[in-house]
Amino acid sequence: MAVVAGRAAGGLSRITGRGAGATISGRVMNLLAPDALRELAQGQRVALVSATNGKTTTTRLLSAALEAGEHVVTSNSTGANLTSGIAPTLARAPGPGVAVLEVDERVLPRVVDPLGAELLVFGNLSRDQLDRYGEVHAVGDSWRRVTESHPDLAVVANASDPHVVWAAEPANVTWVTLGLGWRNDAATCPRCAALLQWSDDRFDCPACGFGQLDTPHRLDGDTLVLGSERVALDLALPGRWNLANAALAVTAATTHFGVDARVAAKAVASVRSVAGRYMRVPLGDGREARVLLAKNPAGWTEVLRFLAERDTSVVIAVNAHIADGKDPSWLWDVPYELLQGKRTAAAGERCLDVAVRLRYAEVDHLVEPDALVAARALPGDEVHIVASYTQFSALFRRFGNES
Amino acid sequence: MKAPRESAVRVGFVYPELLGTYGDRGNAVVLMQRCRWRGIPAQLVEVSPRDTIPESLDFYLFGGGEDDPMAMAAEGMRRSRAAIERGRAGGAVVLAVCGGFQLIGDRYIAADGEELEGIGIVDLVTRAGSPRLIGEIIIDAHAPLGRLSGFENHGGRTTLGPGVEPLGRVVTGGGNGDGSGTEGVIAERLVGTYMHGPVLPRNPVLADHLLSWVTGPLPPLACELEHTFHDTRVHEGTATGARRWWRDRMLARG
Repeated sequence: MAVVAGRAAGGLSRITGRGAGATISGRVMNLLAPDALRELAQGQRVALVSATNGKTTTTRLLSAALEAGEHVVTSNSTGANLTSGIAPTLARAPGPGVAVLEVDERVLPRVVDPLGAELLVFGNLSRDQLDRYGEVHAVGDSWRRVTESHPDLAVVANASDPHVVWAAEPANVTWVTLGLGWRNDAATCPRCAALLQWSDDRFDCPACGFGQLDTPHRLDGDTLVLGSERVALDLALPGRWNLANAALAVTAATTHFGVDARVAAKAVASVRSVAGRYMRVPLGDGREARVLLAKNPAGWTEVLRFLAERDTSVVIAVNAHIADGKDPSWLWDVPYELLQGKRTAAAGERCLDVAVRLRYAEVDHLVEPDALVAARALPGDEVHIVASYTQFSALFRRFGNES
Repeated sequence: MKAPRESAVRVGFVYPELLGTYGDRGNAVVLMQRCRWRGIPAQLVEVSPRDTIPESLDFYLFGGGEDDPMAMAAEGMRRSRAAIERGRAGGAVVLAVCGGFQLIGDRYIAADGEELEGIGIVDLVTRAGSPRLIGEIIIDAHAPLGRLSGFENHGGRTTLGPGVEPLGRVVTGGGNGDGSGTEGVIAERLVGTYMHGPVLPRNPVLADHLLSWVTGPLPPLACELEHTFHDTRVHEGTATGARRWWRDRMLARG
């Protein structure tokens, strides 16, 4: 009954054009039957994917790898990652199979038991929307309480992120070393609070011995080393961060679900766009812009590295609604100085915040609230629109079906 | 006007890894650039938590941090207290934001009663309180500062000692949160505040005021963008605050 009512509400939401329908139908289901998650997960092998950055993409890549391994996969591919988004996903499952579910960092501890999860995939943890998420340490601690109470639970985790290592280590962990671009949230040891020592891509705590593990699985350039096997990750998706997402997905598909590593790698390589990330939007003058989502300093650090190597114009489109984080002070954590010499535009409802940041970074820019108008105004064959969450979803709603 | 300085203005960003959670680097960037744009050489000095804080800085910037990093920062700041005081006696300026604001005071008393000792260069005490004060904040400060804006995100309830002057009076937002309606602290060559955003990019007049404490009177800069940004944030923040005030009033009346 709850499931039927929920589906009806989701349908209404889609018909009335107010949303993709996943979240509202889940809210109705949760309201009518708090046990809905437990019932809906019956018959599914549940894998939960969480991280500050890359959870939607990793979920999509893991689903692709498992489908290539002939698993029947159900997944919340639109990125509706609260319990309200998970329930309707499960309700749509065609039958027994694997449910690959993206889960919000704060929601994860609440759903592991109701869903009877058999695998957790941990990517990375860093500052994000501090006005509503709070401290990074607190999120890591909440994950660790889950693994402490489930020491046999399988976890595939990034060995390069101290918060993730701390969160995962009590469980049955398969580590993969992915590297970490942004370290400014990992200055102190999650175990004893002393200062961590960083050298190259390794961290060590001189006080308590907490530190980097040597792992048989690691990302080496664009090759995933899985023990004695080397698998090329020849991705359609751009950027180093997607190599890390892909490495995590292939490691999980291979080590936990027994999918052949080459089959998994081939499947992730063919994914071109993930819920609008990396989609192309027409600018109306014969050119197209590529759209990237970046909403925090760690994400932006990776995106800047990617943009710096290209001859591209860049639109930075920032809003500050609840879903973006109402506090755009993170703009000052990002080294936009790296964009010097590129043609850029400050866009979004908070275009003035962006413009002031770019002025102090001495990056030439124009100011235009509308991201598409801004993209059109910039010269060059290649334009990237890097958008905060609500700016990104507005573009996805408008162009998501065309790309 | 003072003769041009021969040495660069040394902007000290203290413990970026520990006290840099809310875009605090922005305050350092703004001070540096507003010097350079006027032809005054400036140098950024990032102080690692492994090092002693030098006494030779012109600016001591203390930002905000999470709990563990803040406790570690407090320890380092206490060890360097004498150097900071000598720097201040030699004319250096302190800007302390959020956690840093709490740590320049006498102590911070956590929710469980545990006390974190600050460096006590200004007479104020902070107690952890509930709820957390999160959102846009607007204050009225004395001339020439005028109306300032920021974003606050803290659980502190800060009480200023007798005779200690607040940076301003809260127009909308939480501020010091102790019921006094005040925000921050201002003293000789010292400003403490809960406003990040960060505070200097949002408030160029405050940035130039702090700079003038080190360089003497400054010529204005040609660019209007920072001032347009300031006026926009102040206007939007004040309007949002007024709407919230009316809503709360209507709700209270039922």
